[in-house]
Amino acid sequence: MSKSDLSFVRTEMLPEQAPPVTEQGVVKWLRENLFAGPINTVMTLISLVVIYKILAGITPWLANGVWTTSSLAECREVLQGQTGGCFSVLTERWNQLLFGFKYPVEEYWRPTLAFVLLMVAITPVLFQELPRLFVATAAVIATLVVVELLAGAAGLAVPTVVIGGLGYWALARFGAAQRGGSIAVSRKLLLLTGLFPFVGYWLIWGGTVLAPVLALAGVLAGYMAFRRFEAASFAMGLLGAVVAAFAVWYLGGFLTAAAEGVLALPEVPSRDMGGFMLNMMLGTVCVSLSLPIGIVLALGRQSDMPIIKWICVVFIEFIRGVPLITLLFVANVVLAYFLPPGTNFDLILRVIIMITMFSSAYIAEVIRGGLAALPAGQYEAADSLGLDYAQSMRLIILPQALKISIPGIVNVAVGLFKDTTLVSVISMFDLVGMIRGPILASTEWNGVYWELWGFAVVLFFVVCYGISQYSQWLERQLQRDHR
Amino acid sequence: MKKTVFLGALTVAGLAAGAAAAATLDDVKARGKLNCGVTTGLVGFAAPDANGNWDGFDVGVCRAIAAAVLGDAAAVEFVPTTGKTRFTALASGEIDVLARNTTWTFSRDVDLKFDFLGVNYYDGQGFMVPKSLGVSSAKELDGATVCIQTGTTTELNLADFFRANNISYEPVPIETNAEAQPLYLEGACDVYTTDASGLAATRAAFENPQDHVVLPEIISKEPLGPLVRHGDNDWGDIVRWTLNALIAAEELGVTSANVDEMAGGTNNPEINRLLGTEGTLGEMLGLDKDWARRAIKSVGNYGELFERNIGENTPIGLSRGLNAQWTNGGLLYSPPFR
Repeated sequence: MSKSDLSFVRTEMLPEQAPPVTEQGVVKWLRENLFAGPINTVMTLISLVVIYKILAGITPWLANGVWTTSSLAECREVLQGQTGGCFSVLTERWNQLLFGFKYPVEEYWRPTLAFVLLMVAITPVLFQELPRLFVATAAVIATLVVVELLAGAAGLAVPTVVIGGLGYWALARFGAAQRGGSIAVSRKLLLLTGLFPFVGYWLIWGGTVLAPVLALAGVLAGYMAFRRFEAASFAMGLLGAVVAAFAVWYLGGFLTAAAEGVLALPEVPSRDMGGFMLNMMLGTVCVSLSLPIGIVLALGRQSDMPIIKWICVVFIEFIRGVPLITLLFVANVVLAYFLPPGTNFDLILRVIIMITMFSSAYIAEVIRGGLAALPAGQYEAADSLGLDYAQSMRLIILPQALKISIPGIVNVAVGLFKDTTLVSVISMFDLVGMIRGPILASTEWNGVYWELWGFAVVLFFVVCYGISQYSQWLERQLQRDHR
Repeated sequence: MKKTVFLGALTVAGLAAGAAAAATLDDVKARGKLNCGVTTGLVGFAAPDANGNWDGFDVGVCRAIAAAVLGDAAAVEFVPTTGKTRFTALASGEIDVLARNTTWTFSRDVDLKFDFLGVNYYDGQGFMVPKSLGVSSAKELDGATVCIQTGTTTELNLADFFRANNISYEPVPIETNAEAQPLYLEGACDVYTTDASGLAATRAAFENPQDHVVLPEIISKEPLGPLVRHGDNDWGDIVRWTLNALIAAEELGVTSANVDEMAGGTNNPEINRLLGTEGTLGEMLGLDKDWARRAIKSVGNYGELFERNIGENTPIGLSRGLNAQWTNGGLLYSPPFR
């Protein structure tokens, strides 16, 4: 091959050139994603028009919003016929939306503190380690929220902040083992979680501190009895635990009756609970109770022992076959006929029992799906290791089955949280009940809809979206296969 | 089948037990509080304000009873009830009296075993239409879409009215008044029908109330009043005559402002008997002689109660109409205090 055969040989490299403008950056993205063909283009244009219409409607409504008047009529006066939201209803009825209309104002710090403590208490359950930045941000946000909530009762904000700070300090202190910018959440913190139900009850309902302390003592006595008799057999342990716990509770009943005023917070009856607080209470309590009950039911349904199996099957099928609203009516209305007059069987307790039964039946079925999805080899492997039933379930089967069931469980939990609004039908004033009843029925705010319902939507969305994001994060964390 | 019988027996036992604990007055006095059933919220009739204090026309009746019985108009535990829970709450003994705009009907009085003790508001079902529809009578509403609350007597009344007049309509079922308001305003229905008091309250909340008219036809009778359980007539008497005392006070010109002065003695023997300066009406009820005076003092007479909560100077702006004294052409007619 000689040089003369070639008409042209480039001797130097061409300088690099930028790609054509249509093949890079924003333009490329737009072409590929929004205007990739005639149909795509038309769809994009239609969507843009729709988005513009929505924004054009909402923006002035938000921007012109009125926040400081004391009635709808005043709002209209201020707006003079312009578009604008009357958000004053939110500022004026803020406390009622959050706490209901009867919870004593000077006690608002108690549910607020309980809420903050709840966040501290569920952290070790939900996370094994936390990014440092996340913890710090959460603490700051929590503190700000508390201060904001208590702006009306400024004097009470200080103790709450102090306690919130202490909680944060405890978290940081216990989780001292640091790994690469994360704080490992110590298992010791689970103690806090165990204590929270008692503290939370005392804070929200008030009364003497002896009642929750004795309830705790009963649980501890039961646990100790269980450890003592567990060696004999599991059933003996269980029986001993139940007997010990009830003995302590029974004896404690006399003690609390005798010493009502010991470290007593003013009592707030269940009827006075309301607002979003009620939704949170019902949601938290019922989800955390129905998960263990659901697991037990799911295992029971797979049991070889016919009585246990059939009890579980009948319970699940019956409860699942009945609408939740029916159960709530039973709790509120029908029980009133059966109980002797004058019996005061706490309404919130009745509702909690009903909702818990309902959701545990659903969760049981979700978990049964998880159990069924495990290959039989896993069960056989556990048996071949010589593990007994409890051990094989705890160590081999359930961790895998629960991991598979996470999306289903979260689905039930989100649904359950939203279903707590059904209690408004049985004249309890949760967030929806407050809006439908007292607020829309007041002469000042009769006729305000979008602002109130929008607010309810935002509150519920924040919580439900948070749960959903957490579950997706958890699934990624627990991923052990290589797909 | 067996189970049904068993549940039924339990229900009866529960009801019987409720009736056996008959002396409601003693219970109320021992408790120190009156348990009064009200709505979960109805503009002008019962609603808690921003501070959580209940106020309204029905609430006034509760407070008057508490003042008469316990001497303190604030000694009331308001138990909010929905249309679905109100009757069980009363039958089970959870509340002592139900003052919740409940229509007095035959079956409620007889079959459900309650005693209605009078009427504190004569209502009736009406129609509201936008002015732009150009309708002046309900009989011109042929083919209209009508927003109507399901499960109420209004639904049945509506069907009766349209059938009697041989015209057709298309119902748009809704759950609550609050739901009807935006639907009607957005034009989902041409007509909104409910009790006339509810129409007035709804219309008052509109941005442009003058664009809507309430048609002259009232197609049903809805006498609303307080009620108690069957079986304790003494308690029923107290509630009935407390309501009558408020009505009679207006007729006799006794107001919350002048009641103390009049209790010193007047030339009118009926006022004297009402306020306890003559006779022993209070003792006959099992109360003291100042019972009516306290009730009137705390909430005012019927007219004051009306004007303050739902009258023409309030945003709801109801005129007295049927609820005027019989001397002014209304239906309010208290039996004599003698």
